[in-house]
Amino acid sequence: MAVDAAREAGSLRGARLRISATFWRRPWLKLAVLLIPPVAAFCIIYVSSLGVMLASSFWSTDAFTAAIVHSWTLEQFRTIFNLSDPTYLRIAGRTIGIAAAVTVTDAVLAFPLAFFMAKIAGRRLRALLFVLVLLPLWSSYLVRIYSWTTILSKTGPLNWVLNGLGLPDQHLVYTNAAMWIVFTYVWLPFMVLPIYAAVERIPDSLLEASMDLGGRGLRTFRSVILPIAFPGIVAGSIFTFSLTLGDYITPELVGGPSSSFIGNVVYGQSATNLAFAAAYAMVPVGVMAVYLGIARRLGAFEAI
Amino acid sequence: MRKRIRAWHVAVGALAAAALVVPAVGVSKSHSGLPTSVGAGEGALSLVEWPAYSDKSFAATFEKQTGCKITRKDAGSSNEMFNIMHGGGGGGGGQYDLVSASGDASLRLIYAGDVVPVNVKLIPSWKNFLPAFKSPPHNTVKGVHYGVSLQWGPNTLLYNTAKIKPAPTSWASIYDPKYKGQITVPNNPIQIADAALYLQKTKPALGIKDPYELTKAQLDAAVSLLKQQKSLLKRYWVYASDEIKDFKSGDASIGATWPYQTLTLQAEKVPVKELIPKEGATGWADTWMLAKRAPHPNCAYKWMAYVSTPKVQAQQAYVFGETPVNPKACPFMNKLQPGLCTKYHLNAPASYSRSIRFWKTPIKQCGWGGRNDCMDIQAWDNAWASITG
Repeated sequence: MAVDAAREAGSLRGARLRISATFWRRPWLKLAVLLIPPVAAFCIIYVSSLGVMLASSFWSTDAFTAAIVHSWTLEQFRTIFNLSDPTYLRIAGRTIGIAAAVTVTDAVLAFPLAFFMAKIAGRRLRALLFVLVLLPLWSSYLVRIYSWTTILSKTGPLNWVLNGLGLPDQHLVYTNAAMWIVFTYVWLPFMVLPIYAAVERIPDSLLEASMDLGGRGLRTFRSVILPIAFPGIVAGSIFTFSLTLGDYITPELVGGPSSSFIGNVVYGQSATNLAFAAAYAMVPVGVMAVYLGIARRLGAFEAI
Repeated sequence: MRKRIRAWHVAVGALAAAALVVPAVGVSKSHSGLPTSVGAGEGALSLVEWPAYSDKSFAATFEKQTGCKITRKDAGSSNEMFNIMHGGGGGGGGQYDLVSASGDASLRLIYAGDVVPVNVKLIPSWKNFLPAFKSPPHNTVKGVHYGVSLQWGPNTLLYNTAKIKPAPTSWASIYDPKYKGQITVPNNPIQIADAALYLQKTKPALGIKDPYELTKAQLDAAVSLLKQQKSLLKRYWVYASDEIKDFKSGDASIGATWPYQTLTLQAEKVPVKELIPKEGATGWADTWMLAKRAPHPNCAYKWMAYVSTPKVQAQQAYVFGETPVNPKACPFMNKLQPGLCTKYHLNAPASYSRSIRFWKTPIKQCGWGGRNDCMDIQAWDNAWASITG
């Protein structure tokens, strides 16, 4: 009995040794075993669905049965890039325009805050500011958007404050300006954190050297801080830009009569014209590809 | 390195191509006759429904009586409902038994082959239904019933009595520049029918015969009216709760609505009233439809029979704020709340439900004059995008 058990344990140990020796002799095998699951998941789930979407965008949909017609056509793209009825170009333009405006606003708002957190605030204050920046992420995104419709509504807190100051009512709710405000608010943390990481990496000695050489605040900012922190800003902008580009809830909840985003059209058409929805969904994919190409040039991926 | 990346691209392409083959595999169509009796329940029932359409207040009794345990999938829009039923290989994906489709989705589900005919003889209460809901065109094609009518309601004109004076009598007021910035209408392509109904009465020269069967010229006229309306709107509402919120906060004072919102606002003491304007109104009517690949057909038949009974019809009407198709529900409604039956017009003469043009999916075949050039749902979707986009 005892001998058997010992032999079994010995053979188990032998097997383990053999396996580890195999991996040691063939380093590529170790790498393959480690990498195949994530790469396969990525290819099968993510890349192939993108491929299906791309292919669907060159098909059409039977209006009667809602079935996909598998014959190649550029019909969907002709509808999107139709210059005599620029509905879909206008919606794409609005989506990209608001995404860009939100990104710029977030960068302007986030930079001073991130700089203060990284370079000026003491340890306790910094921890507190981190909590405050991240606090909104603890509650549901939907709740935060909905609360803005209350803030901006006709009888909401904003107008109550304005009236108290003797200023006239603002009709902000259900406008594109409201969308800009709400998007800027919900994505701000995603801009603050990468900029913080970039600014924190600037050695204090560089700032001192700049000042020793007679550089005043603005000059130091322009010639020293900004160039080093810029990849961080670009990295943050990838988040704010892509998150805004793909959103369709905010336009539904705080948008006005002319606030449709690409996502709203894709959602609305997915039941009756899947091919068109797929083609239109390729627009943000293309925009992001261009954007990421530019971001790579600007060195954003070294800062993530 | 570059070469290896290329090799990956090829591999990815091959995978993508393999994935493409999957959606091409269809469902074989085999039509057997209608069932002639309902067998023993399968112990489970899976519903695709509007929220609260199998509310616990009446579903619990059904589960106890039949042993069919209900699982629910809520849908937020007709398009979503269609996608759920049409996805996963169609016919409910072999997962869902019934869908509570509204008229703007029901014909689509029939023509896409996702739902199958139902033997109404197995639904004892069916013979008591209001005549308009026994074989309505949105769920009955060439005399074949694809489902059992459930509940209905009109799309009414809602206004704030303190702000809109004098009281409106016509749909013209939601196209009136006088109310700029105070108007709200639903964000739904079927809303084009409301404009068409208004034009049918006010611009007879367009020759509109049915607000859901529009020629190109008629659709264009409705679209141009709606584009003018857009500059007057506060917003397009998506969820009923949004409209309620806007009337409460004063952001909107007049708009198109369902009785549900009106009753909720009145219960919260907001000074609002609703009416069916002189041009008439569109309306919705929901149908329980049986999925082609329903895994629990016996439980599904039991459910359709159960929700058609007067008491359950009354309970659902009370929970959701809509009108039963079974007029025998009237006394049960009044028991739940005195006057409820009259409030929801169930005891109104048949002319009332006939004055409502119920939603149906726009298709190429015009029901009038044997024409084949009416605008289909894709054209309506595109038109709606061009209005709201």
